Amino acid sequence: MQLAVWTYEGPPHVGAMRVATAMKDVHYVLHAPQGDTYADLLFTMIERRDARPPVTYTTFQARDLGADTADIFKRAARDAYDRFQPKAMFVGASCTAELIQDDPGGLAKALALPVPVVPLELPSYTRKENWGAAETFYQLIRALADRNAEKLSQKTDRPSCNLLGPTALGFRHRDDVKEISNLLFHLGVEINVIAPMNAKAADIARIPAADFNVVLYPEIADTAARWLEREFKQPFTKTVPIGVGATRDFIKEVSDLAGIDAPDIEDAGNMGWWSRSIDSTYLTGKRVFIFGDATHAVAAARVASEELAFEVVGLGCYNREFARDLRAAAKRYDVEPLITDDYLVVEDAIAKAQPELVLGTQMERHIAKRLGIPCAVISAPVHVHDFPARYAPQMGFEGANVLFDTWVHPLVMGLEEHLLHMFRDDFEFNDEAGASHLGGHGAASKEPPTVEADPETGPEADNVIRWEPAAEKELKKIPFFVRGKARRNTENYAAERQIQLISVDTLYDAKAHYGR
Amino acid sequence: MTAPLDISPASCTQRPILRERGQREVFCGLTGIVWLHRKMQDAFFLIVGSRTCAHLMQSAAGVMIFAEPRFATAIIEERDLAGMADANEELDKTVKRLLARRPDIKLLFLVGSCPSEVIKLDLSRAAARLSKAYAPKVRILNYSGSGIETTFTQGEDACLASMVPELPAEASPEPSLLVVGALADVVEDQFKRLFEQLGIDRVRFFPSGSADDLPAVGPNTRFLLAQPFLGDTARLLEGRGAKRLPALFPLGVEGTAGFFKAAADAWNIDADKFDSVIEMPRARAEKALERYRDALAGKSIFFFPDSQLEVPLARFLSREIGMTLTEVGTPYLHMEHLDRELTLMPDGVRLSEGQDVDKQLDRCRAERPDISVCGLGLANPLEAEGLTTKWAIELVFTPIQGFEQAGDLAELFARPMNRRMRLAV
Repeated sequence: MQLAVWTYEGPPHVGAMRVATAMKDVHYVLHAPQGDTYADLLFTMIERRDARPPVTYTTFQARDLGADTADIFKRAARDAYDRFQPKAMFVGASCTAELIQDDPGGLAKALALPVPVVPLELPSYTRKENWGAAETFYQLIRALADRNAEKLSQKTDRPSCNLLGPTALGFRHRDDVKEISNLLFHLGVEINVIAPMNAKAADIARIPAADFNVVLYPEIADTAARWLEREFKQPFTKTVPIGVGATRDFIKEVSDLAGIDAPDIEDAGNMGWWSRSIDSTYLTGKRVFIFGDATHAVAAARVASEELAFEVVGLGCYNREFARDLRAAAKRYDVEPLITDDYLVVEDAIAKAQPELVLGTQMERHIAKRLGIPCAVISAPVHVHDFPARYAPQMGFEGANVLFDTWVHPLVMGLEEHLLHMFRDDFEFNDEAGASHLGGHGAASKEPPTVEADPETGPEADNVIRWEPAAEKELKKIPFFVRGKARRNTENYAAERQIQLISVDTLYDAKAHYGR
Repeated sequence: MTAPLDISPASCTQRPILRERGQREVFCGLTGIVWLHRKMQDAFFLIVGSRTCAHLMQSAAGVMIFAEPRFATAIIEERDLAGMADANEELDKTVKRLLARRPDIKLLFLVGSCPSEVIKLDLSRAAARLSKAYAPKVRILNYSGSGIETTFTQGEDACLASMVPELPAEASPEPSLLVVGALADVVEDQFKRLFEQLGIDRVRFFPSGSADDLPAVGPNTRFLLAQPFLGDTARLLEGRGAKRLPALFPLGVEGTAGFFKAAADAWNIDADKFDSVIEMPRARAEKALERYRDALAGKSIFFFPDSQLEVPLARFLSREIGMTLTEVGTPYLHMEHLDRELTLMPDGVRLSEGQDVDKQLDRCRAERPDISVCGLGLANPLEAEGLTTKWAIELVFTPIQGFEQAGDLAELFARPMNRRMRLAV
C-alpha cells in the first residue's frame, strides 16, 4: 500500500477518457461503480468543456455483485451504441470492475456491434493515467489504422505529417497544437491528421498516409509512434519544441524528415531579446527547482539554463516510464534526479534545496506557497486557472514568449531586489510584503522551515553546525530570496573547514569564497 | 426514448414515484470526507482504496480547496492483491506512518471503498486491532464510503453511524436534545441560542468538533435530524434508546419553524413562548426572502439527484418562493424521515428516485426548466445548451439551514438567473 495525500496522476482509465473525450465520434463504455463518474468533472469543470465526456459508466452496485454485472455491462454498451451512434467504441473496466473480472472486451464482442470495438486492458493497480492514455491511443491506432490509407488521403506534393499526442485535459494542448500547426504550415509541411484531439475514427484510419509523425507529447504518443514506425515506416520527431533552442532544433528535425531545406528563422519571437536585455541581468543564476512530467521538466530545465541563465538546483518527474530521459538531463545539470510520485518527498526536496523559483505542477504551487517561494506551473496536473481563456501555448516561439513572461512574473523585479538589499527594515517596503507588482499576493518571505532530522538515523551530534546569534542576525539582513542560498553556502563552507560555530566572519568568509 | 415511464405509487404518500435504475451520475460516499474532515478537527480519514479514490478526493475537493487535508488514501497495489503482501500488515504500516506524521490525530476513520469491499478487506477487524494498539491516545473506527453501497451524503450517514456505539451513555435522567447531522459552525451557534431561549438547555450537536467531547445518548435523549440523509445513524440512535422527533428539515422559514416546533412540543413549551422566541428571526428571514421572490416566483426548477436534500429544498422553493417544480430527483427517498416534507409537496410534481442519467437529461431538455440543479459533471454541458444551472454541491458546502440563512439559500438559486440576465456575451 502506498500512502497518498495528493496524486500526480489519476488511474489509467482516466487516461483513456482523455483520449476518448478529445475525439469527435467515439464512445467509451466503462464498467465502473457510480463514484467513478466524478471523472466527468475533470473535463466539464477543470477544463470547462461544454459537453459531457463520451463515457457511459455501468454504475453497478453491491447488490449486483455476483448476480448480473456482466448483463449490466452488455445492456449499457448496447444502449450507449443506440443512443450515441459512435463510429468506434472503447470498452474497459475501472479499478473495481477489474477485480470482478467480467471481461468487457469479450462481452462487447458478443454483442456484435456494427462498429469497431477496442477493448482496453488498463491494469489499475500497477499503471497510471499517462500510461492509460498512451495504451488507449496505441490500441486505437492498431485497431483502426488502414493499410491502404494512401487512398483515403488527398495527396499533395508537399511532405506531410501527423500531429500525435494532444488530448483532453492536457496542459495547454489546445494552444500547442495551434502553434505547431502554424509552424508546420510555414515550413511547407502538410498536416495529415491531428490525433487524438478533434479526430474522428475515420481520421485515425488515415494516419499511415503521412510521411512522418510529430510527437508533441511523448507521454501519450510515444508507444503509438514507435508502432507506426515499425509497421508503416513512419519516422517520428524526438524533439519537443518547448523553448527557443528546442523549437529551432525541432524545425531542423522536421526539415530533415520532410526532406526540405531548413529555413532561416528571422522572427523567433521576443524571448531571446527579452532575456539578453539588461533588465534581465538580475535573473542570472537564480536557483530554480523543476518538477513535472518528464517531458515538460526536461524541456523546462533547458530553457531555464540556456535561455534564462538560471541555475537548475533540482530536477524531477513523477512518471517512471520516462525516468531515463530525466536522469540523462539531471546529469547535464549536475543535480540528483528526483523520480517519485510521492508529493511529500517532493516537498522535502524543495525545502532542502531552498530554490528562488519553483517550476512545477499544481502540487508544487501548493508546496511553494507553503514555503514562501515564487512558483510557475509548467506541467500537468493543473487546476482550472491553468486553462486560460487567452492563447498561451508552451511550444514554439510564441510558447517561449509565454514561458519568459510566466516564469519571470512571480519574481521580485531587479531594482526592487537591490533596494530590498539596501534597506531591509522599511516598514512598508520590505521583503516580507512580497513582490510589489503582485500586490501583496506574491510569495511573501518566510523563514524556510528547518528541515527536521531524519528520525531513522537521528542527528549526528558531532556534525551539527550552529550559528552564533550575531551571525544569525546578520544572515537575516539578507533578503529572503537569497537568504536560503547564503545559509546553505555558509554551512557548506563551515562543514568543509570543520567549523562548528558560525560567526559573522564565517558568513562573510563564505560570501567571499562563493561570490554572489 | 419513448419507453413508458415506470411509475409506481409510493406506499405512504400515495404519490407516484418514478424509480430508475440506469447510469447514475452522483458522487460516492467518500466525498462526505470533504466536509467531515473540516467539521471534526482532530479526526483523520484514511481511505483504503485505489488510485481512483485518491484522485476522486483530490478532484472533488480540489475544485474548492488545496491545503494539506486531514484525509489521505492508502492505495492498494498489485502486491496487496496478489497476496505478495499481507494487506492487513500493509495497512498497519500505513497507519503507523500516518500517526507518526500527524500526532494531533485523536480519531482515525478507516474508510472502506469499492475495491476494499470487493476484495473483502475486513476494516472493522483492522479498526479493532489498531484501536487496541493505539489506545487510549487514538480511537480507530471504520465505515464504508464505497460507491457500490453509498451515494454522496450517505457517506456522512455511514460515518456518524460508526460513531454511535462510541457515544457515552447518558447518565442524567433529565431529557436532552441531540441535533444530528453536520452543520456549519455559525448555524450551530444560532440553533444553540434559539434552543436556550426556548428553555431547552441540554442540547448537543452530533458530530461535535472534537473527538474528546462526544455527546451522550440514552433513553432520555430526543433527537432532531438536521439533514435528510441520516437513515442508519437514526436507526442506531434509536437502538440506544433515543427517540426521533419527527420534524421538517430546517430549510427556509417554514422548515426551520417546524424543526424548532418539534423540539418545543416535546419539551411542552407553550405556543405563546414559542412564537415570541422565533418571532424576530422569523420576521427577518421573511424579509430576506422577499428580495428574491421577484426573480424566482413562477420560475420552473428541475432537480437531478445529488445530496438527498432535494425534497426539502423543493418544498422550500415551491411553498415559500413560489417556484414551479417539474422533476424532483433524489438518490434515495427515505419515506419515514421525509414523511412531513412529502405531504407538503405540491401536486403535479414528478418525484424520481435513483437515476438513468441519459433519460433524465432527455426529460430535462424536453421541459426546459428555468433552472436545473445538478452535479458538477452536468452543469457546464447544460449551460452550453442554454439551460441555467445551480451546482448541487454548493448546497452542501454552504450554510443554508436556519432562519438567518433562509435568504442566503434563496440567493443561491437567484444568482445563476441574475447572472444570465446581466451577461451580454
